[in-house]
Amino acid sequence: MPHTDAAAVALARDGDSEAFRSLVERHSCAVYRLAHRMTGNPHDAEDVVQETFLRAYRQLGRFESRANFGTWLHRIAVNCSIDLIRSRRHQESGADAADLEYFEAAAEDRVDPSPERLMLSTEVQERVGAAMASLSDMERAAFVLRHFEGQSIEEISRALGLKANAAKHSVFRAVRKMRLALEPFVES
Amino acid sequence: MPMSMVHLSDDDLALHYYGEMTASEEHRAAGHLVECHECQQNYGRLTRVLAFVDSAPIGEAPDGFERVAWARLEPALPPRRGGWLSWFVLSPARLAWAALVVVLVIGAFMAGRLTPATTPSAGAPAPASAERVRERILLVDLGDHLDRSQMVLVELVSSENTGSVDISSEQARAQQLLASNRLYRQTAATNGDATVAAVLDELERVLVDVAASPSTVSQEDLDTVRRRIESKGLLFRVRVVSSEVRERQKAAIQERTGQRTLDTTKS
Ligand SMILES: [Zn+2]
Repeated sequence: MPHTDAAAVALARDGDSEAFRSLVERHSCAVYRLAHRMTGNPHDAEDVVQETFLRAYRQLGRFESRANFGTWLHRIAVNCSIDLIRSRRHQESGADAADLEYFEAAAEDRVDPSPERLMLSTEVQERVGAAMASLSDMERAAFVLRHFEGQSIEEISRALGLKANAAKHSVFRAVRKMRLALEPFVES
Repeated sequence: MPMSMVHLSDDDLALHYYGEMTASEEHRAAGHLVECHECQQNYGRLTRVLAFVDSAPIGEAPDGFERVAWARLEPALPPRRGGWLSWFVLSPARLAWAALVVVLVIGAFMAGRLTPATTPSAGAPAPASAERVRERILLVDLGDHLDRSQMVLVELVSSENTGSVDISSEQARAQQLLASNRLYRQTAATNGDATVAAVLDELERVLVDVAASPSTVSQEDLDTVRRRIESKGLLFRVRVVSSEVRERQKAAIQERTGQRTLDTTKS
């Protein structure tokens, strides 16, 4: 099995499927994590992983060997995630802004989570996962790109095809919702 | 408190956290945070929440996912690149020939010559109409064509701002895509698919521009191409058509599967 991505890409380009397999095995978990965060559910994440590697395979010939394969793949994965979010977006109601109010009301009704007690890491994961799941598709995508991927609001607006102001407000709403959901657990 | 007492909003604090403020906003925010206990508290809550988010392993793949991913992927991979098929399909000089082959295959289908004349087996799918077959072939190819075009557009829009830019790779691909793009645009127009035809028409203009430009372009030239791509929302429209095509493809496959089930029940 080739030791570096660059060597694997060169072999895969010549039709060596074992070399492509090594690229899939090295990078599929990172692509999955990104896709899961972006789309918010494991089924869509699996579809994005599949589509990302299919596109990468078709485009291997165009991959510049001096570039970083992981970065290149990552960009394809972001695009695939956005395509998927877009394709299901018409099904989502336009309630992005209105639902924040419901969310605020629900947060007030919540029972005391007793923050003093030490949380298990699986519990932390559940809390954060639930908070992320409460975001709309666009809010989640904008938040993931801003918070985890370190993209600027300008880059996010371009990636998501939104006006800069709309992208900014998606980030704002996402942060507000995350705070409403998680502040009770982090009070000092 | 001495400072102007306009507190920082939650949204201001988020902008400050992510470093998205302008220099003057940043100056005011930093100054205010030093002075104002209330905003310090609020900012502390924000940073604790975001640190909490970072501490959670969100979206991790299940154990052994890399093997599952490969098992799903392998059967779906297209035939080996570099083989005769990709040479045949990608070479623009052979596209007209490819189109002719498609027409011949469909012709043969209509004449019934390709359907096995001897012993139709019980589970065999009913012969699809020539229309359907042609549509399916077109959809698969058009989907790939749009993916490849998208990639070129994305690279042009997102290439780095550094003096003159080498676009020889994008250019070579634009040249390849141009021939097939014409074919698809004409087909879409003939079929009365105005939306697809319009997107392909706009795409073709950009591809022509890129193919005809020198392999190293100035920043201004590149910006002109970028503005053209961005002002028409071309990337977005190509994506929309592309996902529509995928949907149609899926529907065509479902239809075929449905047909087969029906057939089996009959026999
Ligand atoms: Zn204040």
